[in-house]
Amino acid sequence: MNGIRAIVRKELADHFSSYRFIILFALIAMVSLITTYMVGMGLKEELSGVAKPSFVFLMLFTSTGPLFSLVQFVAFFGPLIGLVLGFDSINRERSAGTLSKLASQPIYRDAIINGKFLSGVVTIAIMLVSILLVVTGLGLALIGVVPGVEELWRLIIYLIISIFYIAFWLGISILFSIIFRGIATSALATLAIWIFFSFFISMGATVVANAVVPLDQTNQGNPQVVLKHLRVQRVVSLISPMQLYNDATAIIIDPTRKTTRSFVLMGPLERLSSARFARPLDLFQSIYVVIPHIISLIAITVICFGVSYTVFMRQEIRSM
Amino acid sequence: MDQQPVIETQNLTKRYGTTTAVDNLTFSIAQGEIFGFLGPNGSGKTTTLLMLLGLTEATSGTATVAGFNPTKEAIKVKRIVGYIPENIGFYEDMNGVENLRFIARLNHIPDTASTAKIDEALERVGLKDDATKKVAAFSRGMRQRLAIAEILIKEPKIAFLDEPTLGLDPEGTTLIIDYIKALSREHNITILLSSHDLQQVQRIADRIGIMLHGKMIAEGPLEKLAHEKLGVEDKEISLDDVYMKYFQEVTS
Repeated sequence: MNGIRAIVRKELADHFSSYRFIILFALIAMVSLITTYMVGMGLKEELSGVAKPSFVFLMLFTSTGPLFSLVQFVAFFGPLIGLVLGFDSINRERSAGTLSKLASQPIYRDAIINGKFLSGVVTIAIMLVSILLVVTGLGLALIGVVPGVEELWRLIIYLIISIFYIAFWLGISILFSIIFRGIATSALATLAIWIFFSFFISMGATVVANAVVPLDQTNQGNPQVVLKHLRVQRVVSLISPMQLYNDATAIIIDPTRKTTRSFVLMGPLERLSSARFARPLDLFQSIYVVIPHIISLIAITVICFGVSYTVFMRQEIRSM
Repeated sequence: MDQQPVIETQNLTKRYGTTTAVDNLTFSIAQGEIFGFLGPNGSGKTTTLLMLLGLTEATSGTATVAGFNPTKEAIKVKRIVGYIPENIGFYEDMNGVENLRFIARLNHIPDTASTAKIDEALERVGLKDDATKKVAAFSRGMRQRLAIAEILIKEPKIAFLDEPTLGLDPEGTTLIIDYIKALSREHNITILLSSHDLQQVQRIADRIGIMLHGKMIAEGPLEKLAHEKLGVEDKEISLDDVYMKYFQEVTS
């Protein structure tokens, strides 16, 4: 364990003193503050003279304002944090000749990769917690509403899901840094994966849905076919961790949302119930709705790290 | 030097696919010895070192380092063996002290104990004035001296030095070789030194081993090798001549 501690300590020092961390953090802090400010001002205006609805505080995170909501921003930009923190973690040591030195010290070999991953996760957690705290503080000052206990719990769960989500991307980038010798190659590969999941998976979903359930003149009016088409599209898009994350956090952070499915995909009774019972879900119900998403997200994070671990442990030290 | 062997191998073999990097290697090194490990590039020296250190698994045969099996008890071996790999790397944006501190922590030396040790080691290798400079600004010679300082921090029983004088000017080479000699004489560290600098090896090595194509083609004190190959007894023998003679014989 001593080995891991020494490595985590060094890696954390490296992260926090690196330019890339400072730039990332400054960027995220800036965007979060601007977004919160805009959303907060808008809320304040709309709320004046009106009885305050419940869960106003969470609207700071979910209202889109003129640009995008904070939750959307993290979903889109979060992967980049993980990727930037990890894309050169192993191959930089290899090209600098420090990896074989590290491996010849009296530590278990997995301490190297565990330490790298752990320090990345800690960095991500510190980043997200501080941003969330700053946003909360600014929100308090702006709209003058104190968050309730349930709102705080929702924020904490949101935070945990977000950390796992970004840790997944960290795992991907560490895997690439093990597989690819060149630092530039692994940087490009991680970017490619990110772009693929952010932009192309929805296109891919449409293509697959068109291929499996073609919509044409004859059956476009047939609700059965349209439904099937949409279902296929949704299943494909759920391959993307981004989609999983979006669905999970949307339900957690917005108690009025009751399902991750779009209105078209709901059954008739479900539609009826959501229309009749407009009350927000309580916390456990919200968690219940997205527990499959959360478990899948955690599972892919663990699998991703597991693959990196195995590949790293099997690599010939000679090639280090 | 008639002590029990601290490093022993029996028919140690390593194959990568169809190529045999190390071929049935059997040799031993006694406690406190400086063993000069010679041979052309690609003759299997580094592979042998990696196997002795437990970083690479042997295809067949056995190795014992201070009574431990490097494959099964890798951590125990790494605790008592200091290793300077060929082209050793340092963390460029950390200074000398920080690099050494990190090594100390990996070796479970608490910071309270390592501070004095680091000072002492840097003083010993003449890097005290540059201790707070980033390693990125270090010359090649300074890096090699920092590597020696790493060994001093770790205080191993055995040190594997893979080409520690590669690419150094003559003055730097002499300096490093003197430090290596001091490691052996002052700290009683058994040293396995791989190098191409035959004159320097001749200066400090107690015994010589010459490797070619994964086999040890000659082993013993220089006088013995010279006697066998050149038939000379006088004190003016040079390792260069002996080395060349062996190669001419094998290649012809």
